[in-house]
Amino acid sequence: MNRLLPRPVGRVDWVLLVAVLGLLVLSTLLVWSATDHRTALTGGDSTAFVRKHVVNIVIGLVLMVMVWATDHRWVRIVAPLVYVASLGGLVLVLAMGSTINGSKSWIDVGGMSIQPSEFAKLAVVIGMALVLAERTEGRWRSRVGAGDVVAMLLVAAVPACLIILQPDLGTMLVLSATVFGVLAAAGTPRRWLALLLAAGVAVAVAVVAGGFLKEYQIHRFMAFTDPSLDPKGAGYNVQQARIAIGNGGLFGQGLFHGRVTQGGFVPEQHTDFIFTVAGEELGLAGSALLIGLLGVVLWRTLRIAARTEDLFGRVAAAGIACWFGFQAFQNIGMCLGIMPVTGVPLPFISYGGSSMFAGLLAIGLLQNIHARTVAPAAVRRANGAGLLAVR
Amino acid sequence: MSTSSNRTSRLRLIVLQALVFSLFATLGVRLWYLQVDHGSSYQAQAASQSAREVVQQPTRGLIVDDMGRPLVSNRNEWVVSIDKTTLGNLSADDQRTLLARVAKATGETVKAIKKAMATWNGSAYQPVPIAEDVKQQVALQILEQPEDYPGVVAEQQTVRSYPSPYGVNAADVLGYLSPITSDEYDQAKKDHDESLNATSEVGRAGVEKEYDKWLRGMPGYTSVGVDSLGRELGKNKEVPAQPGDTLVTSIDAKVQGTAEQALHDAITTARATYDPVTHKNYVADSGAVVVMQAKTGRVVAMASQPTYDPSEWVGGITQKQLDALYSTKSDNPLLSRATQGQYAPGSTWKPVMTTGAITGGLPTDQHFTCGPGLQIGNRYFKNYESESYGSISFAEALGVSCDTFFYQVGLHFWNKYGSDPANADAKDPLAAAAHSFGFGKPTGIDIPGEASGRVGDRKWRASYYKAMKGYYCTMDEKGTAKTPFLKLFAHEFCLQGNYFRQGDAANFTIGQGDTMVTPIQLARAYSALSNGGTLYQPTIGKAIVSPDGKVLKKIQPKVVRHVAVSKKAIDYVNTALLGTLSPHGSWNGTLAWKFGGFPLDQIHLRGKTGSAEVEGKQSTSWVATYDKNYVVIMVVTQAGTGSGTSGPAVRKIWESLYGVQGDQNTTQTVDPSKAAIPGVTAPKALPTFAKDGSILPPAGESSREGKAKK
Repeated sequence: MNRLLPRPVGRVDWVLLVAVLGLLVLSTLLVWSATDHRTALTGGDSTAFVRKHVVNIVIGLVLMVMVWATDHRWVRIVAPLVYVASLGGLVLVLAMGSTINGSKSWIDVGGMSIQPSEFAKLAVVIGMALVLAERTEGRWRSRVGAGDVVAMLLVAAVPACLIILQPDLGTMLVLSATVFGVLAAAGTPRRWLALLLAAGVAVAVAVVAGGFLKEYQIHRFMAFTDPSLDPKGAGYNVQQARIAIGNGGLFGQGLFHGRVTQGGFVPEQHTDFIFTVAGEELGLAGSALLIGLLGVVLWRTLRIAARTEDLFGRVAAAGIACWFGFQAFQNIGMCLGIMPVTGVPLPFISYGGSSMFAGLLAIGLLQNIHARTVAPAAVRRANGAGLLAVR
Repeated sequence: MSTSSNRTSRLRLIVLQALVFSLFATLGVRLWYLQVDHGSSYQAQAASQSAREVVQQPTRGLIVDDMGRPLVSNRNEWVVSIDKTTLGNLSADDQRTLLARVAKATGETVKAIKKAMATWNGSAYQPVPIAEDVKQQVALQILEQPEDYPGVVAEQQTVRSYPSPYGVNAADVLGYLSPITSDEYDQAKKDHDESLNATSEVGRAGVEKEYDKWLRGMPGYTSVGVDSLGRELGKNKEVPAQPGDTLVTSIDAKVQGTAEQALHDAITTARATYDPVTHKNYVADSGAVVVMQAKTGRVVAMASQPTYDPSEWVGGITQKQLDALYSTKSDNPLLSRATQGQYAPGSTWKPVMTTGAITGGLPTDQHFTCGPGLQIGNRYFKNYESESYGSISFAEALGVSCDTFFYQVGLHFWNKYGSDPANADAKDPLAAAAHSFGFGKPTGIDIPGEASGRVGDRKWRASYYKAMKGYYCTMDEKGTAKTPFLKLFAHEFCLQGNYFRQGDAANFTIGQGDTMVTPIQLARAYSALSNGGTLYQPTIGKAIVSPDGKVLKKIQPKVVRHVAVSKKAIDYVNTALLGTLSPHGSWNGTLAWKFGGFPLDQIHLRGKTGSAEVEGKQSTSWVATYDKNYVVIMVVTQAGTGSGTSGPAVRKIWESLYGVQGDQNTTQTVDPSKAAIPGVTAPKALPTFAKDGSILPPAGESSREGKAKK
């Protein structure tokens, strides 16, 4: 064993780890099937995308291990830096990002594309948890007060506004759900939660009625109910996604044998619509397995949240659960036609470095939190503390 | 931290857990709904959008002549088609670019391409042909650059080609093809006829139509997997097309070529000839020629003028071409004068009348005076055809074609049996002979649209009167006639329109009046004279052979009846008509001047000329000739006398039929080995169909050359 490298200390949540690895394996197969025949994307090399995807996974796993091994106090110190960095990223993307599908969400740096909003979600969760922890630890009152709520909302608001400016509606929805979940898990009084909910709905109504959204944007949004509203754009996606998934039947057409997938009928199939590959080629059995694995991840995340004594850890874990849960629901729901078409990737499955890194960083953090939830005696038995082990 | 807040937190986490669970359960339910409840409908949609079914039109059967020479064949052409679904999936800009690119490559206009796609009535999943007969290099360009041409397909199809052996056109025999109409397709669907689909081509005239069911074959289907750009991923299923069967006809290309040329020459010559009667050149606006086997009724050659080019329909006929075909200026080239042209037979009617007269009791040596005319009632009936000859017999009357003689024949029987003009049932041996020889009814030849002609006898007169009485009587009563002539006519018709008077009998006997015949009817009647009285149903088709050479059906000559005239009468006429072609001292046969030098001692030709009068036009010229093997009939409208216009042309055909050698002014010789059909008589056997698909002359043909046959 190389003693120079930091080692994860304490207990490992094996179920979480295995579930995530399972999702990653599935994701590799699905991305491969979605891209091997799409010569317009790959330029003829059928493994071009899956190789890049595997590289992303490996980097992500490395990041995960790094976070996992970091001492929790360092996490608390580094967290604000992460928050600021992601804010910087969001500003940068507005300034010099490329406009794709009507929104500026990507920065192209040296051949790589970075999507700052993916990191921003993690940053918001950590930021809010940190602010709450800093404010309540060592305080007499343990109830979450108005000031705490306002502080947390402010932390969330800045990135949120930057995201609206892109505009990235999908990430906004996920972020809103996440923020709400964090506040709820943090212990915000129910009355205020209700108020916030009402306020959110009011804002949404005002935006639509006030004509802030263009007609085509509304049509694109509503196309999931009636594909004919946007037949060449979102409506087409919705139609083809449904046909692909429906075509899968019980056991699917088999990997690399899905008619709709292999015919290239579903756009963005390796990114936002990756679930349709599972639906068509693995059928109900495979898709249910995929959803099940995601469910396991969420269950363990919430379990970590419930078990930890550390407020920061609890709130962060709950926030991560909301983020994954709602994003997964949004993405799969969009593929199934029960949610509007928005450009959010499926965590751990979609092709895309930013999403993969952000997700695995979060898992690393979760494992970190979980590790410290063990009795201190077990920790002291760890031998060979790495550089980052400060105790 | 206090435990109460911990508990609250934990409670909230449980709520969150439950929420997550219910969200995921919703996903699961929806998944079930799509994949299990509605799986089959989505599977069907996935299957239909990722496969394209392409109909493969079968190769149509060939039409060959009696020696196996192809008269109608097929060739390959490249067709460019566009898949509508793929085009629809492209953005508007991409669509424009693609259509412009295809238009440039194929030479079509974007407008024409759009129109072709809009008016397509085939399957929605089948690519729409937008350009036919494109150059191979264009097709290959499209095939080799599928990214530049998404949804565009280039493939080979077979289309009709007309090899024209010996320069033949034969359009009125062969017919042409055009796309199936929606009504016809609906009918085919009702009849569960799988050989037709929405884009089939069907025969429209001639043998292409008559034998269409055999010729068309059975279409094949290919199901091809496609991606979202319409590019082919692979064949799913393929049912090969079955080619159509070959039709062997009794037409001989060499004889047909000679006949067409002869008709053309006759018309050209007539148009350059001055008519002293009307003081202008002959119009010679239409004509027909029929060459028939006397012993079987099989048609060896048949031509009509004006005619058309069947290959104009290949690949779709343009509106301009159609307008040209139907314009009054072009005078109905689609009409086959040989079977659909109805003309007064003029003097070619006289032999038939002779058989009727002799069968009806007149002796064969009956003599009448052939004067310049006859006064019948208050009208003087001129002898249009011949000079005056004194008292002559039937034979001479036929030879010089004396009208006055035949007026008296007609009057004889009118006085004897039908002196009551209103009696439609009066015995009339002359009309009976006409009917027995098959006039007034279609011959039943195996091409569609044949006309029935008309025997202008008492019975016809009576039925016509019955049909038109109301019209003319009303006109008479109400005084609505537009001209004074019509007023008089209506009045007279209403009172006595059914009367068959002496004058009518006179006109009838010389083949004028209301009688009309088609050239094919005349040919068949003269065949009956030649073969001793058997009336056949004329046929063009001889056999149907499958693509691998198996004879599926033989079309045998069919006897309609034995003509109800006496053998004595037929024999007499056959002998008498020999005289038409030769000089006789005191009189010359009407054809004699055109057959000088012809080896009549070896080829016993019989003939009859005719020049039928037509109200307001120049006369119709007829020549009917025959020997024991063949009948050759030619008619040219508005061309003066039969022998003058058609005589030389008919002679050319006989020379070709028998291999007559030598200049027309010298004594010619007969060389059967040089005849158009070696050995002169048409082969009974069918062409030989070799296993490799080639078609050879009937077995034993080469051995027949050199044998002298008459």
